Amino acid sequence: MGRGRPRATRVLLYAVLAFFAAFYLMPVYVLVNNGLKSFREVSLSRMWAPPEQATLEGFGKALRELAPNLRNSVVLVVPAALVSAALGSVNGYVLAKWKFAGADIVFPLLLFGMFIPYQSVLIPLVQFLQWLGGLLPVPLYGSITGLVLVHVVYGIPITTLIFRNYYATVPTEIVEAARIDGAGLVGVYRNVILPLSMPAFVVVMIWQVTQIWNEFLFAVIVTSNPAQQPVQVALRNLAGSQIVEWNVQMAGALLAALPPLLVYVFLGRYFLRGLMAGALKG
Amino acid sequence: MTERPRLAKTTLALLLAIAVLGLAPGTGLQAGAAKKLEIFSWWTAGGEADGLKAMFEVYKKRFPGVEIINATVAGGAGTDAKAVLKTRMLGGKPPDSFQVHGGAELVDTWVKTGFMESLAPLYKSEGWLNAFPKDLVDIVSHQGEQYSVPVNVHRGNVLWFNKKIFDENKLKAPATWDEFFKVAETLKGKGITPLSLGDKNKWEAAHLFEDILAAALGAEGYRGLWTGKTSWEGDGVKRALDTFARILNYVNRDHAAFVWDQAAQMLIDRKAAMNVMGDWAAGYFTAKGWKPNVDYGFAPAPGTAGLFVVVTDTFGLPKKAPNREQALAWLKVAGSKEGQEAFNPLKGSICGRTDCDPKKFDVYLQSSAVDFTKNALLPSEVHGSAAPEGFATIFNDILNLFVTNKDVKAAQAALQKACVANKMCK
Amino acid sequence: MRIRRDRALSALILLPSVVAVGVFVYGFIGWTVYVAMSNWNSFVPDLSFAGLRNFADLFQTPRFQIDLGNTLAFTLTFLAGCLGIGLLLAVLLDRQIRGEAFFRNAFLFPMSISFIVGGTVWQWLLNPSTGVNLLLESAGLGVLKSPWYTEPRIAIYAVVIAALWQMSGFTMAMYLAGLRGISDELREAARVDGASDLQLYRHVIIPLLHPITLSAAIVLGHISLKIFDLVFAMTGSGPAFSTDVPGIFMFETTFRGNRFAEGAAISIIMLVMVAVVIIPYLIYSTRTEAEA
Repeated sequence: MGRGRPRATRVLLYAVLAFFAAFYLMPVYVLVNNGLKSFREVSLSRMWAPPEQATLEGFGKALRELAPNLRNSVVLVVPAALVSAALGSVNGYVLAKWKFAGADIVFPLLLFGMFIPYQSVLIPLVQFLQWLGGLLPVPLYGSITGLVLVHVVYGIPITTLIFRNYYATVPTEIVEAARIDGAGLVGVYRNVILPLSMPAFVVVMIWQVTQIWNEFLFAVIVTSNPAQQPVQVALRNLAGSQIVEWNVQMAGALLAALPPLLVYVFLGRYFLRGLMAGALKG
Repeated sequence: MTERPRLAKTTLALLLAIAVLGLAPGTGLQAGAAKKLEIFSWWTAGGEADGLKAMFEVYKKRFPGVEIINATVAGGAGTDAKAVLKTRMLGGKPPDSFQVHGGAELVDTWVKTGFMESLAPLYKSEGWLNAFPKDLVDIVSHQGEQYSVPVNVHRGNVLWFNKKIFDENKLKAPATWDEFFKVAETLKGKGITPLSLGDKNKWEAAHLFEDILAAALGAEGYRGLWTGKTSWEGDGVKRALDTFARILNYVNRDHAAFVWDQAAQMLIDRKAAMNVMGDWAAGYFTAKGWKPNVDYGFAPAPGTAGLFVVVTDTFGLPKKAPNREQALAWLKVAGSKEGQEAFNPLKGSICGRTDCDPKKFDVYLQSSAVDFTKNALLPSEVHGSAAPEGFATIFNDILNLFVTNKDVKAAQAALQKACVANKMCK
Repeated sequence: MRIRRDRALSALILLPSVVAVGVFVYGFIGWTVYVAMSNWNSFVPDLSFAGLRNFADLFQTPRFQIDLGNTLAFTLTFLAGCLGIGLLLAVLLDRQIRGEAFFRNAFLFPMSISFIVGGTVWQWLLNPSTGVNLLLESAGLGVLKSPWYTEPRIAIYAVVIAALWQMSGFTMAMYLAGLRGISDELREAARVDGASDLQLYRHVIIPLLHPITLSAAIVLGHISLKIFDLVFAMTGSGPAFSTDVPGIFMFETTFRGNRFAEGAAISIIMLVMVAVVIIPYLIYSTRTEAEA
């Protein structure tokens, strides 16, 4: 605007954006529309038709069934995201600003952990969690605590990557100056690095919160007691082995997606700022 | 202090509080030292979950003071559940009792490998050898000893049809596949899709083929497939595959986009006239407000009158069950008349026992219960009873390819190879 | 003295992470390699040595050959689509748009939805007889109707559409961040030199976005090579395995077929595929940093 671009281009611009917005929002319509139907009415062939008689029965049932698991997911996601972010931050700091011999080997080795196919580690994972839980006062296998541990560990690579890349953009001169003033490793982190870290923390938290919230495979394998299961597992459990109440499924899917959705809507701006500040640049 | 940092600090404190909650030992496990019983199944929702709860009620009445942990994992016919169960068993963390299809899935995966405790003493003390049909007891036995308790029986080989479409066109349920083709031609001429299929999850196509196999081979020939007596490369299987290929000309073209219940829904929506599926479809119709003999009709799948393909859910006792005593009590309930009468009407299946009160069941299930006592009972391959899981997986794969390429020779060769690889034939 | 203490401290800080990743990643990979070279192909663990037989068997399995082709097709189209759409949307959004926040959130929100939910919804949407085809028809665009994932030749691209829906917002955000980081002076300077908008993007802006393209490609590439939940929920193996991927094959082989050694072999091959893509990147990025 203001640059006197021809009107037609402007219209086209909005048309393209509107088309994509429609594409991205189409599934939401399907979820809401079918979530508002009764089980008798819900059917694939009438997925576009608005409900003949809108009912909150699906949402009510989904909420009743999912409420305890939503709580479990919060109890899982918050510590797992915080701890993995904290670890990523200190790791990234050490790797970016205190390059010791071998740092160039340690970093890629940590990073590679991001890429393993998780299905392949399920059996040793269960055995290991059992063994480790036996040594500790806390059972790890079958508990949220165990799941927190799993997500913290598998979160280390990505959080370390993001923080390290972000800290790499912090001018070395600032760090040097602080060291000349007598600050050590901890001092530099606390007085120089940490206050600058907010953008990277936002990116890491958003990433980790959505990843962990939406993760299914570890959750279903590690927590077998329904009282302990996170919401994604409970969401799958809304479907029976044979009959699927699609209205409840769709309503439940929306409910389960709500918390990360809110995180996005409210923190989306900061996410962008964090990315701009270099958190995910290569 | 300005507003912002204070807000940030409060938020942080709040988050930390939740974090501590998550890391605190034993969240949600403070149930005290009461007796426990953990039952593992894939009955997570709908009538089957209600049925399971009804059985728990029976248990609680007989054995008060036991806390029941209802460990359920959903997913199409138990696929996810089985993965979780296997990981737990291999990790040395078995539940007290778990759901398992009778037959090969029980025997080959769990019994031969030494994970299960024999239930022969229980069968004797409870008099179950006479309460269940012999064919059914055989399905849960290995070398003369029983290893699980059949809670219910579903019939796999049923033809469902939209009764109004059939009445309007003066059609009768086809008794053989030849009759089916005649009926199908008539329907096709009127622009109605004759048979609905939804094979997104692969097993649905295999399920249809299993019923065709039974029709082509008869009881003896069909049983022989799993012991090596009937060759996969013989004429019988060839005929079955030819028939299957011909049937595929009469199914909805977009079958790969549907799962079984969406295919059943096509009957309700008048998008198709017939469907071959196990009798859990009746439960679906009921839930959708459709009535037997009014809205829908049913008959044995073409060519399988007198045959009853059994799909049975059973419960067994793993050797390292943490609460063995409660588990044994649970199995007693699962095998009792009272337990089965509580479970099955809700689940929409018939009892494994033959003495359940028919009045508790609907028209369809009553007729199924009659057939169950009279017909030759055949193990279902697709639903775990007839062949080891290694074979069942490949069987689904082979048919998934066949549905697209219709290559009879290749399918026969692949089936034979799988049969040898799984040590079912030489 | 202080330096030495700090050095010890820095090693100490890394230690827990290194140990944890050592066990959970390398330990478990080691275990998987061991199983992949064993005879454990029934439910009872049999860890006797089988050499590379499981790998040889796999490469002869038609299903696995199809899977490798699918993975390749999926990864290439998914990457190209994500980067292309992401860049397009970012460029459009960067032109002082009214309601930018709305559009940005609309494009970004699918990232917050789990693959399982996304896959299920797209299974409905791309159902040829009831989904978007009906919309296209009523909009008079019947020519665009497609059998989607029911036609083996194009099925995998139907899954790509769902994957694009889910992840292209992420590339949009990264590119948008990159664009916002490019100073206005630079754009003005190019304009003063007489560059058209198109030239500005081609010769100035897109080259500057290179590092973003690379890291987005790495993040998306590893998601795509390991893809499981989305396909599992949406189409499963698909007609004639047209949407089957190694992740699904591995899961079924191991947990349905009880062929643990073969399943482990599939995991190892998946890991090698990922490594082939990632390791050059890791070497490249450490090297360019050393130069900088």
